[in-house]
Amino acid sequence: MPVERFLEWLGNTPWSVALLESLYVWPVVESVHVLTLGLFVGTAVMHDLRLVGVVLKGIPIGEVRSRLMPWTRAGFGIMVASGLLIFYSSPLRYYHNLFFRFKVLLLLLAALNVWLFHRRIGPRIAAREDDGRPPRAARIAGLVSLLSWAAVVFAGRMIAYSWFDCDLQPQPAFVNWAAGCAVEP
Amino acid sequence: MLLGFFEWCETTRIGTAVRDSLWLFPVIEATHLLGLALLGGSLLVVDLRMLGWGLRDRPIAELARHVRPWLWAALGIMVATGVPLFLSEAVKCYYNPAFWLKMRTLPLALLFTLVVRERMTRNPALDTSVRSRLAGGVSVALWLTVAAAGRWIGFSG
Repeated sequence: MPVERFLEWLGNTPWSVALLESLYVWPVVESVHVLTLGLFVGTAVMHDLRLVGVVLKGIPIGEVRSRLMPWTRAGFGIMVASGLLIFYSSPLRYYHNLFFRFKVLLLLLAALNVWLFHRRIGPRIAAREDDGRPPRAARIAGLVSLLSWAAVVFAGRMIAYSWFDCDLQPQPAFVNWAAGCAVEP
Repeated sequence: MLLGFFEWCETTRIGTAVRDSLWLFPVIEATHLLGLALLGGSLLVVDLRMLGWGLRDRPIAELARHVRPWLWAALGIMVATGVPLFLSEAVKCYYNPAFWLKMRTLPLALLFTLVVRERMTRNPALDTSVRSRLAGGVSVALWLTVAAAGRWIGFSG
């Protein structure tokens, strides 16, 4: 597999090895990744809860969005940067980690929801901005967003567990399939 | 004597249940992280505003009133998930410097948030000022320390 060969090469680059074996840098990067949850998911949650209509009622959605979005974006940037570094420290391991694969899938779903929201629902809310109960589409978008980010956090935390790693056999066939493990028959 | 108490904590039903289960610890841990996100959000809405950023067209007291129930909910989730995690590995925590840093800074953060900051943000006239910026900064710094020390429990010891 060319992907695996590339990731194996990546994991053997001096910086990747140094990062994985470092006493403090890796834990610090990991801590930054976890603590930034408070900024990124925190501000996103407040925005989504506003969409659902359960917090900051009386403050227009557009105002909540424009004031908090820069902070959500900054948080997302730190999440991606620290996340990529963590992946870089052990590329092949994460590539075959079932929870990591699940998290990437969930991230794509969350991204799709964000994209749909900005394309479709956002402009509609802006057009009929009121201080009352948000339109149904907004409440659903908020709820989907809350659930998708919660699932991303959950899956992300589980990556630490190697229950389904390729070298832990036997595993059910679908686990090996989902984790991309090549198993001798 | 304190160590005896920590040893007893591990023998509690919740402590043994979490320790003996393969998935209880990870699931409670992940929920603890979801609580962290909610806590971060409900703190930051007010802290950022006190620093002069975020929702700056709104009075600080109004924002604080809006997010107060969510702040309490988040603190509730943190305690409800944090205690079982602690009970499952209390003795490990006893010998863990990061745990003790968290136990020293957590009461400070709680005291500051629920007494000092709470009193300030109940004043409807409070606007961004040197005093509010200081309070916002102290709040962020205190809670960051608590969270970082919490994460470090898993790295040290």
